[in-house]
Formats: sequence, structure tokens, C-alpha cells
Amino acid sequence: MQKLFFLCVLLYCISATAQDCNITFKGKIIDFHDKTPIFGASIVVLNLNKYSTSNIDGEYEINNLCKGKIILVIKHISCETKQISIDIDKSIERDIFLEHHLEELNEVVVKTNIKTEQSSVEQSIKKAVIEEFTDKSLGDALNNISGVSSLNTGNSIVKPMIHGLHSSRLLIINNNVRMYDQEWGDEHAPNIDINASDRIDVIKGANTLKYGSDAIGGLILLRPKRYSVKDSLFGSTLTSFNSNGLGGSLNSEIIKTYKSGLYTKFQMNYKQFGDFEAANYNLTNSGIKSLNGSVQFGYNSFEKGFDVYYSYVDNEFGILKASHIGNVNDLKNAIDSPLPRVIEDFSYTIDFPKQSIAHHLAKIEAYKRYKGFGKLTVQYDFQINRRKEFDLRRGDLKNTPVIDLRLFTTSLQPNLQIDYFDNLKINTGLLFRYQQNVAFSTGVRALIPDFDKYEAGMYAIANYNLNEVSKLSAGIRYDFSAINVSKIYNLTDWNETYNYDELFPEFEVSIDNTRILTNPEFTFHNISAILGYSKQFEKNISLFTNYGLVSRMPNPSELFSDGLHHSAARLEYGFLTMKKEVANKFVISLEKNSDDFGFTISPYYKYIDDFIQLIPFGIDRNIRGAFPEWKYIQVNAQIFGVDIDVNKKISKNFNYLGSLSLLQGDNLTDDIPLIHMPAANFSNRLSYVNDHLNQLTISLSNKTILQQNRFPDYNFYTYNATLQEDVFIDISSTPPAYSLFSLHTSAAFKIFNEGSLKLEFNIDNVFNVSYREHLNRLRYFTDDLGRNYNLKLKINY
Amino acid sequence: MKITNTIKITRLLAILLISFLTFTACSDDDDHDHDEGTEEELITTVRYTLTNGNNIVTLTFSDPDGEGGNDGTYSISGDLDENLTYTGLIELLNETESPAEDITEEVKDEADEHEFFYTSDVSGLSITKTDTDGNGNPLGVETSLTTGSAGSGTLTVILKHEPTKPNSGSSASAGGSTDVEVSFNITVQ
Repeated sequence: MQKLFFLCVLLYCISATAQDCNITFKGKIIDFHDKTPIFGASIVVLNLNKYSTSNIDGEYEINNLCKGKIILVIKHISCETKQISIDIDKSIERDIFLEHHLEELNEVVVKTNIKTEQSSVEQSIKKAVIEEFTDKSLGDALNNISGVSSLNTGNSIVKPMIHGLHSSRLLIINNNVRMYDQEWGDEHAPNIDINASDRIDVIKGANTLKYGSDAIGGLILLRPKRYSVKDSLFGSTLTSFNSNGLGGSLNSEIIKTYKSGLYTKFQMNYKQFGDFEAANYNLTNSGIKSLNGSVQFGYNSFEKGFDVYYSYVDNEFGILKASHIGNVNDLKNAIDSPLPRVIEDFSYTIDFPKQSIAHHLAKIEAYKRYKGFGKLTVQYDFQINRRKEFDLRRGDLKNTPVIDLRLFTTSLQPNLQIDYFDNLKINTGLLFRYQQNVAFSTGVRALIPDFDKYEAGMYAIANYNLNEVSKLSAGIRYDFSAINVSKIYNLTDWNETYNYDELFPEFEVSIDNTRILTNPEFTFHNISAILGYSKQFEKNISLFTNYGLVSRMPNPSELFSDGLHHSAARLEYGFLTMKKEVANKFVISLEKNSDDFGFTISPYYKYIDDFIQLIPFGIDRNIRGAFPEWKYIQVNAQIFGVDIDVNKKISKNFNYLGSLSLLQGDNLTDDIPLIHMPAANFSNRLSYVNDHLNQLTISLSNKTILQQNRFPDYNFYTYNATLQEDVFIDISSTPPAYSLFSLHTSAAFKIFNEGSLKLEFNIDNVFNVSYREHLNRLRYFTDDLGRNYNLKLKINY
Repeated sequence: MKITNTIKITRLLAILLISFLTFTACSDDDDHDHDEGTEEELITTVRYTLTNGNNIVTLTFSDPDGEGGNDGTYSISGDLDENLTYTGLIELLNETESPAEDITEEVKDEADEHEFFYTSDVSGLSITKTDTDGNGNPLGVETSLTTGSAGSGTLTVILKHEPTKPNSGSSASAGGSTDVEVSFNITVQ
């Protein structure tokens, strides 16, 4: 106050000397959001050295100004500094709006406690960790988070799992766009280049209704960086080399920002690997080739802005040659054999079988803020996913894929964020989406048929601050979807096996010999709701509780799969009679946020009605001999467990990080365990960091995955014609526990004025352990990856 | 300031438009037809014809609607005579197409990537492959079957795609993926 007095006196003295000037400039400083006056904002006339401060009513007044141009700088704690220039020739009154959403304009300083939604249970990985996985996949990067695991096909097709749930039960949101890349298949990994993201959040609760009502597993949010409003040009180049697979990646990005709020970013990534190596042998035909790029530009000011984003991902994955099998006897031979049946010399060639996927994603988003009301955002996006799966074929069909699908998705989403009220924030929005799948002719019956799908949804979420330390959030969402399908069935299957001629006679179109053309149409209504409560205690301890009611309509593969899935060498059957899945989720998280000692203890429980699972269901005999049959069936299920993370500063330079995930999944209908549930696992990491010595970091990590002893027994006997006897096919037993060590070292150097160089040397699977993971679909055929030496070089400029 | 902003935005929008057009032009979603449910590489019929002069025995497995639907059926035209050598010829057909497509030709064209395997538990019955692929390894489209004394049992025909060649002669050790596996119940008398 004394200071203020002194300032005023000074102001008076200065103005007293400027005698010819008697123009008064006054007005009010007002909060943009709720139109309340702001007290204590400073107003500086830049070129005149004049000051004023707003009073309790937000009023300010600057006297004795001369005619001409003045530049005013208005500052207030937690508000964005505003600069305005005005020509004055007489006394005027002008209200100035300030806003306190600094984080929406400038770089977000990422702390673990910045939540996507208030009171949500979530964990994040930041740019530094993303860079560690620059040449790996999204699934690999997320595997570091407790409670997250992955369903793999080999080592490059990695499908993330949250609490044992994957595929359509996980929403992956890439730059605010929900990914639709035929995520229903077990061997379909998300087509995302993680290098394009600045931060990845994993939301374990069901909180963010904004993106959909079907996040039974959870949400993965990939966020790009927000850039500061200033004139700047910067970029970075990251290269990575690996001994295993003799490959690596090159990632470059360049960003230009302007003071006006405009920004633009280009990013490119190329990745190539040859055949990877298990501990003792080559994994023939396991190479990867991947080319990704993204362009982003926009305009960012407080009141309005837009963002345009386009990304392209082109992946080619070789699939282990030894995993190509014909019938059950081939599978039996593979299971019994300690080595894969094809081991050839190292090569960069990607031969059949392989997957080749291209994914385009584009979005345009624009927002405008309204004084005393909130922010209106409209987003339009579209995606094209073209998936080709190649198998070993004969003759003219050699280069024709067995699966060739194109999925087109487009959506329009208006969202309204109302921040008028002090303690209450409301988010509400609409969704309109159209999706079309085209199954191109491949010479085999398509597993996923042609379809058109229409969706509409609306949601509202309210976040209410009960008091300084506790918050309540609640939300509701309704979704409507209609799907219109054209599919050819085997007539006998339609009539007799499935009994669809009686259940769905209205779908029949025409009969051609042994085939029937059908036109199934379904509509679904989904309602979901969330309720969350969070409370902050002393010593940085906070508690988050979450309840979510989530429902999911069956996806096309669950409804329409009907026959041979070539790349999986099994017959897969979905059913038109599938009902929607409905889940009740409870998640609690007790967190202590501190560098010295912090922890997160997060128990959860999910009860899922009509949980759809794909399970082995006996064998079918056809011209190829005995073939494993898998069926989608619905059961009532529960999944519960706990995720624990601990961090502790041992001394000035030493840190410890540990995590533990325990999970149990039960099929309550049959009173047996659920299939493909992650085993208990824990990890420890000890790091040495010396900020004074080129930020030298050395860390030793260990991850242990125990054997999954709770698995359903779907083993069976089959007659082997060559041996003339029944043989036992053990497809259920799980591989033993394994423990992997890895070493990470890094150091940063200043190379020129604005530039820095970061060097990293890492060893994965230090002891070259040979192991198999039960959530790897190729575990019947081969060991997982052996040791890898990795060198990374990052230049910032 | 306002004007430069507008220029910048216009420029950026132009870039967007160009990149959008380039991307649309590059998309390769053209040259394929919709899936019509055709199954070009399907094998519906396996026919093993055994000939000795006018003595002809055919063993046929037929599954005209392919995987799923109706089960396949076996038909055996007659019994084999004891102590006799037959010339064997295998045929693979796709009878969902008209005229029926002969898959055997495709197999012969890629002889080095295929091999037939024959096994039987009828005592004294032996089968030898009489043809070879381009590398001189056995193929097994043409065979010679010699019967011993009377008996009955099964005769199994297996076609492997991409087996190890040469191999020890058993289908299990040859690896590869199984394209055909059928077992006929035969009688020698």
C-alpha cells in the first residue's frame, strides 16, 4: 500500500510538470469471463512513464495526458498482459477486458496435477518420455504407465490396453479427433506417430464424456503443443539408431510463431527397421517401414482463433513368417517347436504376410469467446483409413491383399464452454458423424462388410467448486447410432447355423446359389453418465473418486465377422444378435504430489454387462483340415485391481520411481477367468541426475511381469490324420514370468547460441533374456525381442 | 497489423488448400471393385484319380459352398485291388466358378513353393511322388501308388504352401502352411 501511495505521489509529480496536457483517460478493468471488475490491475502508459492501478470497482484513471498516441500496458496477476495503443485527442472512457486463462494461450507448463477434467483419474507422459520412444509405437510408450499394458502381434503391432481392455473400449483422441482406424481387430494397432504429440494422457476413469460414451476401458489423449504468442522460429531433429533390427528413425520438426498469434508447424518422421532379433535367433520378416508427417497452423488469440491440422501415417509391418499357418496341426507343430519354423538371415525386405496401412487425419477447429459467457468451438474433421493385409497366396492373387478395407469417417462437433459462473464450469456439445466402410474385392469373402454408419450425440458436463479444496463434477451424454450394412452370407449358415432366416427375415435381399445377400440395419441408443468428486488435503495429498456408467454398441467385427480370418489363421464368428455392452466403473485415486516423496494409489472396479469377448470355440473341419473356430460371445464380467506409483528423492542426485499393477478379470457367467488379462507386474527405476554436469542422467530400470496363472482353459483335442491319433492343442497355458533390465543414459550440451545437443545411449533387455509374453499373439511361434543397443541424438535449434 | 494478419491467414489457407488437393489426388482408392463375395482361391474339390489300365478309382472330397455352411462330403468310387500299382493324379478345383477353375495348374506354376504329402495306415500301401519341381525336389501332383495285401484304413492328402524343400518327406517336418488336408477311408481287397 505504501508502494502504491509512493507511486501515486510520483504520478502526481510527473503529471504536475506536464502542464499543457489535460486529457483524462479512464474506465474499468473487467474480467472477460464473468464481467466482474478486476481489482489491483496496473495500467502503465508505456511512452510516458505514467501509472495507475484499478480500484476495488475495477476503475482506473490516468490524468494529464497529452494529445497523440499512447501505448497502454495492463497487467494483473494470473491474467494475460494486454497491450493497446490509442490515439487520443480528448478525454475518453474505455473499459478494458482482461482474461485469466493464461494456460490456453501460452505454453502449458506441464505438471502432473493438470487434469483434463477436474477430478479425473489420469496419468500423463511428457515430451521427454515420448522422445525415448521416438522409434517405437504408442503402445510401447504407454506401457510405462501403471495399469496400461498392450496386446501385441509381434513387436511392432502394439495395441494399448487399459486395465485389460482394448480395441473399441479405448478411445484414442489424437489432437482432439477421435481415431477411427478399424480399431476393432486384435492385430490392428493405432495408426499414430507419437512424435507429433507433446504430451499423452491416459484417463482411467470415464470422465471425459466429450469424446464419446463408450470409453469402457478409458481414454488416451494425444495433445500437440500450444505455442507462445511471440515471434520465434525453432525446431529440432532427433535421430535414433538401434542394434536390434539395424534400424531407427529420423524425426524433424520446425515451428514458426508470430507475435500476432499465428503459428505454423511442420513435422516429418521416417522409420525403418529390418528383421528384429529374439535373444537367440532372427525374427524373419519382422521389419517395419513407416513414413509420417503432420502440418499444423492456426491463429491463437484470446477472443478467437483457429487451428488446422493434417497428419499422414503410412505404416508397413512385416509379420513373422513363421506365424503363417494353415490348420490346427500347423499350430500344434508351432507350439511344440522351441524355434520358429522359418529362420532366415537378416534382411530389410518386408515380405508376405504383412500389413500396409495408410491413415489420413485432418481437422479444422475454430473458437470464439463471448464476453461474460464462454467459449464456442466448432470442429470439423475427417479421416481415411486404408488397411491392406497381405497373406501368402498363389498365382495371380499373390500381390492381392486378403483384407482390403477403407474406412472413411467425418464428424462435426460444436462445443460450448460456459465459464460465466465463478464456481461452476459447464461444457456442452453436439456430435454428428458419418462413417463409411468399403470392403474391396480381394478374392476372399470380406470379414468386415460394406457399411454406412450415422451417429449423433449430445453431452453436458458440469464442474462445480464446492469450496477451495473440493470439486464435484457430473455429466451426461446421449448417443444415437444407426448402421446400414450390405453383406453376403453362406445360405446354409444364414438359415441353419445362425437361424437368421427366422430372426431377421427382413434383412434378406436375394439368393444366389449357395450365397445370400443381406442388408442388416441396426440402431442403438446409448446413455452414459459420470460423477466425480475430488478433495485436496494438506501436504499435497488429494483424493479423486469417479463413477461412470458407460455403454458401447457392438462394433462391426463383433456383429458381422463370419468366416476365415486369414492373417489370424482362424475362423471368426460374430453375431447379429449382439447386444450393447454396459459398464459401471468405479475408480479412486489417492495422490501425493511432491518431488521428495509422492505416490498414487488407485484401486478400481468395473462391472460389465454383456461384455463381448472373442474366445476359442472348438474346431471346424473343412478342406484344409481342422481349423480353430473363435466366436464373439457375451458374458457378464468384472475387472478389478489396483495401480500404485511411488516416487522418492533418495538424495540430491538420486531418485527412485516404482510402480505396481494388480488386476483380476472374471467371467461371471461361466465362473472362470477372462481371457487375455494382463498379469501382475511391477517396475523399479533408479536414476542419477546431475544438473551441473550437462544434465547427466543415468538410470537403471527393471520391469517384471509375473506369469498369468488365472486364465480360462480353452485347450482342446483334435484328430491328427498324419499321426492317426487325437492330439492335445494347448492354446491357453501362459508363458512363465520374466524380468527385463534396461539402462538409460543421457547428457545435454550447448553447441551454439540458441541450440543444444542431447545425446542418449540406452540398452534394452540388458541380459538378453529370452521370454514370451502371454499378451503377444505370436507367443506360440517365437520369443520376444532380445537385447538392443540404442543411440539417440537430438539437436534443438 | 490487421492487414498483415489477413495476408498471413490468406497465405496459410492457400497452403491448406494446396496440401488438401495434393492429398486428394494422391489417394489410391480407385482401381478395386467392391467385394462381391467371390472366392477366387477357394478350393472346393480335391480329386485323387488312381489308374491302372481300365481300372480307375477316384477319391473325391467336395465342399461346394466352401468354409462354413454345409460340411464337405467324401466319395470313393470303389475299392483298390491288392498288390497292384496305380498311377495317381491329384486335381484341385474351385467349382464355385463356372467353368471350374483348376487350382492344380497354379500349384504346378509355383511348384517350388508347394508339395503334396501322402500318408496311409493301410499296411503295405506305399505312395511315391513321380514328378519334381524346377529344383529337382518332389512335388506330388503325379504319384505312383502300390497296394500290398488286403486291408482298410485312411489315406491322407496334404498340400503344404511354402514348406521347407527338400525335406525328410513327412508333412510335419516340412513346415509350411496347410492348404489342403483331407482323409479318405479306403479299402484294398
